[in-house]
Amino acid sequence: MSVLVFADSTDGKFKKTAFEVVSYGKKLAEQLSTNLVVLTINATDASQLFTYGAEKVLTVSNDTLATFNAKAYASVIKQAADASNANVVVVDSSINGLYVAPLVAVALNAGYASNVVAAPSNTSPFTVKRKAFSNKAFSNTVISTENKVVGVAKNSFGVHENSVEGTLENLEVTISEEDLGVKSEKIDKVTGKVTIADAEIVVSAGRGLKGPENWGMIEELADVLGAATACSKPVSDLGWRPHSEHVGQTGKPVASNLYIAIGISGAIQHLAGINASKVKVVINTDPEAPFFKAADYGIVGDAFEVVPKLIEKMKAFKAS
Amino acid sequence: MKILVCISHVPDTTSKINFTDNNETFDTNGVQFVINPYDEFCLTRAMWFKEKQGATVTVVNVGEANTEPTLRKALAIGADDAIRVNINPTDGFLVAKELAAIVKNGGYDLVLAGKESADYNGQMVPGMLASLSNFNFINGCVGLEIEGENITAVREIDGGNETVSSSLPIVIGGQKGIVEEKDLRIPNMRGIMMARKKPLNVLEATSSEAKTTTKSFEKPAPKGAVKLVDADNLDDLINLLHNEAKVI
Ligand SMILES: Cc1cc2nc3c(=O)[nH]c(=O)nc-3n(C[C@H](O)[C@H](O)[C@H](O)COP(=O)(O)OP(=O)(O)OC[C@H]3O[C@@H](n4cnc5c(N)ncnc54)[C@H](O)[C@@H]3O)c2cc1C
Ligand SMILES: Nc1ncnc2c1ncn2[C@@H]1O[C@H](COP(=O)(O)O)[C@@H](O)[C@H]1O
Repeated sequence: MSVLVFADSTDGKFKKTAFEVVSYGKKLAEQLSTNLVVLTINATDASQLFTYGAEKVLTVSNDTLATFNAKAYASVIKQAADASNANVVVVDSSINGLYVAPLVAVALNAGYASNVVAAPSNTSPFTVKRKAFSNKAFSNTVISTENKVVGVAKNSFGVHENSVEGTLENLEVTISEEDLGVKSEKIDKVTGKVTIADAEIVVSAGRGLKGPENWGMIEELADVLGAATACSKPVSDLGWRPHSEHVGQTGKPVASNLYIAIGISGAIQHLAGINASKVKVVINTDPEAPFFKAADYGIVGDAFEVVPKLIEKMKAFKAS
Repeated sequence: MKILVCISHVPDTTSKINFTDNNETFDTNGVQFVINPYDEFCLTRAMWFKEKQGATVTVVNVGEANTEPTLRKALAIGADDAIRVNINPTDGFLVAKELAAIVKNGGYDLVLAGKESADYNGQMVPGMLASLSNFNFINGCVGLEIEGENITAVREIDGGNETVSSSLPIVIGGQKGIVEEKDLRIPNMRGIMMARKKPLNVLEATSSEAKTTTKSFEKPAPKGAVKLVDADNLDDLINLLHNEAKVI
């Protein structure tokens, strides 16, 4: 018996979520009094995972897996689970993690709990807390099958260092033609920009900014903070900002450490998508704006006066 | 092309979420139910296939009798017929298994589902259904074209898009972009009248194999009041974010 964690990488590099799921797997292995095995596919430096408690790392290098393919990756995870005699598999909640996990669950005939926010509250019966109803509630879910798949919500368990002397072991896998039924043709990525999914800090602005010409200060603030930029739905609907920046219930989910909302009223559909952020700051002229009820820190003020001053203060802070 | 659109019946996004029976049951009192927003995008895309490429469109829900108004709404938007599998959808696997039986018996070759449902937010049914049916699967789909057996689709990835190709039969997990919001169909009077006469077949569940159970629900701990910082004293904000919240 063991716990298998899939630590995903893009172009060979791990994202923060990989370290988070390894931290989670370490804790889970302790709770279950078993050992932890971590699977990586085409990662450049798998030994980085030792820092987070990965005692044994299985490395797969295979050119057919160079770009993510859900079915082929699911097959590799299944082969790794079989090879390490694992009955609990842990994956992250990135776009790829959420894509592959249900396929792994079927392959292992396992019960699957997604969007899990904490280590199990009980291991027998195996009970985990999950996000539900668009972050408005949690459910305590029991996985009743022998094999289990746990999807860990981003930025929920956190990254915990726990250095071990780990070992790397190459795993040979077979991939069938049928696994490659969906082929990657082209990847279009904005490079050099922090993505909303990865960002520790997100600077977001709404209709209060009046027009697209006023986004210079938003981008500058984001730049100073190393943050991603985001916007409310009407802003992307109006074409002021690209759709890829739309966050909320019908847009991208945000689970950053810090979310700064500028000129956003705080409608329930907006909040539903950003609630998972740890700390929220609102800047709004209207003290009655609903966002003040959801935020940790608030400034009642005009964005056109506050934001330029905030940029100067942040620059000074960063330089100090 | 025979298209199946999977419709989940979810609380409207503005609904207040409450629980009863010691927090074991979702309190549906006063809650307005709608077609899951992601499924609405898929249904509209299916209507285009029907109109331009002569496909037939069936909608399906796994749920109890209270979901029928939601299926009627899908019929009013233009689906040809509807199926309801009569069982309480307590677990994603259970739903996927019932849907797989429908897919197999009905000979569907394109299955459109939403990326995620707005109630239990499982993000599991489409992938499980694809695996159980041994179909290809594209998730997070924001663009879809099908010519004959050949599929070209665009899916969202971190920081961009990926164009992929595949072939029928397939399950698609769709979201906004598969059609745009302005394209969404709203039922008109004629559609609503016609929907009354369209078939809505109720089938009994083939199994009830759940792999997970919800024991209880809880609401997030109430948040403390917002700390207001004076607009003329932004050093306070920086201090709080650095020393108290420790996020910068
Ligand atoms: C089914 C459905 C799904 C939806 N999904 C989403 C979603 O995913 N994401 C989303 O964001 N919305 C979504 N919405 C829309 C949502 O209900 C709100 O309409 C939207 O979030 C409002 O955007 P806003 O706050 O930018 O604009 P507004 O509501 O117009 O608010 C602008 C705010 O700016 C403030 N302001 C004005 N001038 C200034 C100034 N100079 N300085 C500072 N503040 C100023 C105002 O006081 C106001 O609070 C959805 C709606 C529906 C019905
Ligand atoms: N009970 C159900 N009946 C029919 N389709 C469903 C049901 N539950 C989920 N689906 C489909 O699966 C998608 C993803 O749901 P979920 O896995 O619950 O997040 C939904 O958008 C629907 O298309």
